[in-house]
Amino acid sequence: MRNNEFIIKSGFIIDPSQNIEGIGDLFVENGKIAGIYIKNNKKDSRKNGSLNKEIKTIDASGMYVFPGLVDMHVHLREPGFEHKENINTGTRAAVNGGFTSVCCMPNTNPVNDNATVTSYIIKKAHEQGVCNVYPIGAITKGQKGEELAEFGMMREAGCVGFSDDGSPVMNSLMMRRALEYSKIFNSPIISHCEDLLLADSGVMNEGTVSSMLGLKGIPTEAEDIMVARDILLAKLTGGRLHIAHVSSKCAVALIRRAKEQGIRITAETCPHYFSITEKAVIGYNTSAKVNPPLRTESDIDAIKEGLRDGTIDVIATDHAPHHKDEKLKEFDNAPSGISGFETALSLSLSLVRDGVLSMKQLTEKMCLNPAIITGIKAGTLKQGFSADIAIINPDAEFTVESESFVSKGKNTPFAGWRLKGLSAITISGGNIYEWKH
Amino acid sequence: MQKDLVSISEISKDDIELILDTASSFRDVLRRDIKKVPTLRGKTVVNLFFEPSTRTRTSFELAEKRLSTDVFNFSVPTSSVVKGESLLDTVRTIQSYGADYIVIRHSASGVPHFIAQNSAASVINAGDGINEHPTQALLDAFTIREQKKEIKGLEIALVGDIVHSRVARSNILCLLKLGANLRLIGPPTLIPNTLPKGIKVFYDMDEGLNGVDVIMMLRIQMERMGKGFFPSTREYFKLWGINQERLAIACKDAIVMHPGPMNRGIEISSEVADCPQSVILEQVTNGIAVRMAVLYLLGGSKNAE
Ligand SMILES: [Zn+2]
Repeated sequence: MRNNEFIIKSGFIIDPSQNIEGIGDLFVENGKIAGIYIKNNKKDSRKNGSLNKEIKTIDASGMYVFPGLVDMHVHLREPGFEHKENINTGTRAAVNGGFTSVCCMPNTNPVNDNATVTSYIIKKAHEQGVCNVYPIGAITKGQKGEELAEFGMMREAGCVGFSDDGSPVMNSLMMRRALEYSKIFNSPIISHCEDLLLADSGVMNEGTVSSMLGLKGIPTEAEDIMVARDILLAKLTGGRLHIAHVSSKCAVALIRRAKEQGIRITAETCPHYFSITEKAVIGYNTSAKVNPPLRTESDIDAIKEGLRDGTIDVIATDHAPHHKDEKLKEFDNAPSGISGFETALSLSLSLVRDGVLSMKQLTEKMCLNPAIITGIKAGTLKQGFSADIAIINPDAEFTVESESFVSKGKNTPFAGWRLKGLSAITISGGNIYEWKH
Repeated sequence: MQKDLVSISEISKDDIELILDTASSFRDVLRRDIKKVPTLRGKTVVNLFFEPSTRTRTSFELAEKRLSTDVFNFSVPTSSVVKGESLLDTVRTIQSYGADYIVIRHSASGVPHFIAQNSAASVINAGDGINEHPTQALLDAFTIREQKKEIKGLEIALVGDIVHSRVARSNILCLLKLGANLRLIGPPTLIPNTLPKGIKVFYDMDEGLNGVDVIMMLRIQMERMGKGFFPSTREYFKLWGINQERLAIACKDAIVMHPGPMNRGIEISSEVADCPQSVILEQVTNGIAVRMAVLYLLGGSKNAE
C-alpha cells in the first residue's frame, strides 16, 4: 500500500553514504526520503511543526534501519525462462529479502545483448516489478565471446554494467577490447572468472569430496587463472573490472594485490561462499550445485578476511532460481545455481554476529558499494532519494522452508537451516512490504 | 544388510565378508549340473542400463535367472529415455511395473543414490559414471580370497587409468576395508591427486610391481588419448603394459586380474592374459556368484510381501 507520509521511529539508522549511525527517526513523503532525525545530532532540516502532525508511524525500536539492499548480481530469468522465475516473482522475492534494487544478468533468451531487450526488461519491470531493476548487458553478442555487443546503445537504454556471466569470455583479446571500449561509459565489466577448458565440464570443486563422490572436479585454478588474467588486462587497459562471485582463497589474494597496485578493480562474493563448503554436495545434493562451486573451510576463511579488510567490496546473491524438475536430476545434468534472495541477509548478518564485519561494513557491502560500482541512485537514505528502506529485525529467527519462498526457485542448500535476522519491513519506492515466509 | 547396494563406501567390512561367504555357497551351486535355485521365485528384477555393457548385464542376468527371478531388461535404445523422459519418470514407471530390484548402470555419478532415494525397490549399482562399481570390487575380492586365502596384508597393485575407473575406486575402498596394502601404478595424468591415506603411488611400472601378490590391470579407454592423458597406445604399453618380463618382477605366485574387456597389446600382452597366473576367466564366473549373493542378501523391496 502507498502511504503518502510516514515516520519510521526509533530505529538504529545506518547510512554510510552520510556517515549516519545512531538511533533516530526517518521521514518518508510521497515515495521519497524526506529527512532523518538522529537523537543528539539533528540532521533534519524539516520544520518541527510537521512532527506533531498525526501521521502513520512504524515503530522500529530494536531494529536496524538500512537503505534498501542493492543486489548487483541476480538472474530474473525473464525473458525466456519464465518457468524458473519472472520479473514479478523475482522482484517480490528480492523485496522479501530486503532488496530494493537489483541488477539482472543478461543470460536470458533472447540474451540481453541489445537495446531492444534492455528496454523490454525495463518496461516489464515498471509494469510488473516491485523494486528497481537495472539490467546488465552482455559483453559479446549472444554471449558467444566473438563480437562485442552494443555497449553504447544498451547503456543509453539503461544498462549499468556488462557481463557474459555464465559464459565467460575465454578469448583474452575480446576481454581486452571490452575493458578498453567500456571506458567511454565508465561502466564496469563484470567477469565470471572460469577457464572453461581447465574446468573441463567438472561439476563441483576438485578435492577430497569430489574424489569421494566420483564427481568430476573443477580445480580452484580454473577461477584463479581467469582472475589473474583479467587483473592483468585491467592493468593493461585501465578499464573498470568487477570480479563476480569470488569463491577461492587464491582469487582473494590476487584481488588484494591488484588493489594495492592501484588497478581499477572491485569484487563481490555471495553468502553461500562464506557459509557452506563442498561438503554440502555429499549425497549428490543438486541444490548445492553452483558455479563457481562451493569450496573448502580455508576458502571460507579467506573470503571472510577479504570482506573484513575491504578486498571484497560487495555481497551479492547470484540469485539463480531453477524449476524443481530441473534440479531433480542426475547431478551431472542438473543446472547450477542457488535461489538466494530470501536467505542472503540472514546469512550475511551472521558475519556481524561472528565479529567478521561491523554492521556499518555490512551496510556498505550490501547497499552503498554495489550502488557506487554500478552507478545507480540507490544504497543511501539521502533526502530526496527514493524511499527504499530495509527495517531489519536482527533477532527474529526462522527455519528455511524453500516451499515458502516467494521466489519460484525453491533451490536452496539452506533448507531446514535455522537462520537469524531478516528484513521485517521493506519499503520500496515508498510502498511497504512485510516479511513473509 | 541395507535396502540397496549403491557404494562400497557405505557398507561395512562385516557386510563385505557376509557377501563373500554367501557367494561361496552360490559358487558351489554354479559348479552343479542344474545351476538354478528357486530362492527368489516371484521377485522381479529390472536391469536398467543407460550405458551399453554386454558383460555386466549378462552377468547380472545370469545371476538373476539362476535365482529364479523374473527379469526385465530396460536399456536405452529401446526405452523412452532417448525421447527426453526424465530419469525420475523412468524410475517411477519401473516402480509401477512392480520391480523388487533395480540394477542400474548410468554414465552420471550418483544416479544409483538418486534412484535409491526415490524408489522402494532394492537398488544395485552396476556402475555409475566415474564413481563406483561395487559388485565388480566384490567379485575381485572374492577371486583374490579364493586364490590367496586371506586378503589382509597382501600387496596389491592397481595399474592404469585410476582417475576414470569406477572399478578402481570401488576396489580401493573394498580392499582397504579388508586390510590389503595398495599400490597404484600409472601415468601421473591418470592417478588422482587426493587418495586415502596409506596408498603408495608409482609412476614406474617395474618399481611398482616389485614384490606384489596381485596385479589388477585396468582397461584403457581409447578416447583418453585425444584428451592428453597419454600420447599413444604404443607408448602406454611400453611404459605401463604388462608383459612376461614385467610379470617376473612380481612375486613368483602373483596373480593377474582384469575386469574386461581387455585391450590386448595395449595394457596387457596376450601371453600374460592367457598364462597360468591369469585369473581373468575365474573373475567372470565369480561375478555371477557374487551378484547372486548380493541379490539374495538385499532381499528386494518389502512391498511385494
Ligand atoms: Zn556467474
